[in-house]
Amino acid sequence: MRVIMRIPEKKEFTFSGPKKVREILRELKMNPEATLVIKGNTLLTLDDVVEDGEEIEVRSAISGG
Amino acid sequence: MRLCKVCKAKAVIELPQHNTAFCREHFLAYFENQVRRAIQDFRMFTTEDRILVAVSGGKDSLVLWEVLLRLGYRADGLYIDLGIGDYSAASREKAEAFAAARGATLRIVSLKEQYDVTVPELARSLRRPACSGCGLAKRYLFNLEAEKGEYDVLATGHNLDDEAATLFGNVLHWNLEALRRQSPVLEAENGFRRKVKPLIRLTERETAAYAILTGIDYIVEECPHAVGARSHLYKELLNQLELHSPGAKRQFLLGFYERGRAAIEGATERPEVRPCKVCGQPTVAEVCSFCRMMQRVGVDEVRLMTAAGVE
Repeated sequence: MRVIMRIPEKKEFTFSGPKKVREILRELKMNPEATLVIKGNTLLTLDDVVEDGEEIEVRSAISGG
Repeated sequence: MRLCKVCKAKAVIELPQHNTAFCREHFLAYFENQVRRAIQDFRMFTTEDRILVAVSGGKDSLVLWEVLLRLGYRADGLYIDLGIGDYSAASREKAEAFAAARGATLRIVSLKEQYDVTVPELARSLRRPACSGCGLAKRYLFNLEAEKGEYDVLATGHNLDDEAATLFGNVLHWNLEALRRQSPVLEAENGFRRKVKPLIRLTERETAAYAILTGIDYIVEECPHAVGARSHLYKELLNQLELHSPGAKRQFLLGFYERGRAAIEGATERPEVRPCKVCGQPTVAEVCSFCRMMQRVGVDEVRLMTAAGVE
């Protein structure tokens, strides 16, 4: 699966699926309280499973100076 | 699979602070209800009032504008073009596209057009961080534009994380004057327009989720000057705490509003406010800090007076 991040800088990761969102965030060291996981025009919860061949965006929800 | 608390359909978001989860439809209803509750609990405004929403092109301000329109309020937007290169161009485009798609009114003020200076130029000339000049300019122009347009109230998209981080910083430094002023509603007085923050019951993650689930196209990239800001560190610390103790941020902030503020209300003397000798906007000095800043970078008095509508 492809995991895209746009902020703070553009990055792309590849994980092998199936994998739970909770595991993906843990491996990326992202705090679920400050993060959204986007698939298409919807959001995934921590128990959702991402399969091989799928693409998600992991977006930090924290912004502003 | 996590299910929606209301309808048992598949959930799209978990909210550990409420020990719950919602599908898209019920999350949007929950979100709008939280905004409605903040407006009512703090008596922010009514459907009769004309509201000016300070819009940056980011998620919080666009979400605030969207919800106010959905709830039937009379809300116009105000975008301030700060001249921060590609970032300002892209964020202005987002704000304009949002307004056009909804047939809403967006007022635009350009720092360059009005004062012939940009935020990066201010930072270079004054040799101080861009954020301090930027914040000062925004606060000044929000008030000025709300006055020019005769709006009853000025609304900003500050969310629970913004306010909790500010509170954390104010407590860390025991800044009593800032603590006294930190409120979801600042009443109109001495030339200051009424200011409100209707998103204070909602976290930054919730506002981002609302934007994504309603298809609001906001600027995801950060302002280049905000990278490494102290408020980011405070937000991260509070989110670490939240992870281990869900609801801690809410208790910290809402508890302050409910109990803490009253305790410090009389702890500091209120400075005397008077009109600035140049532009007429409220200030505690002879000349307000915005005019002083602009004069230091070479903006003349006539220009400041003209921009403020002073004859």
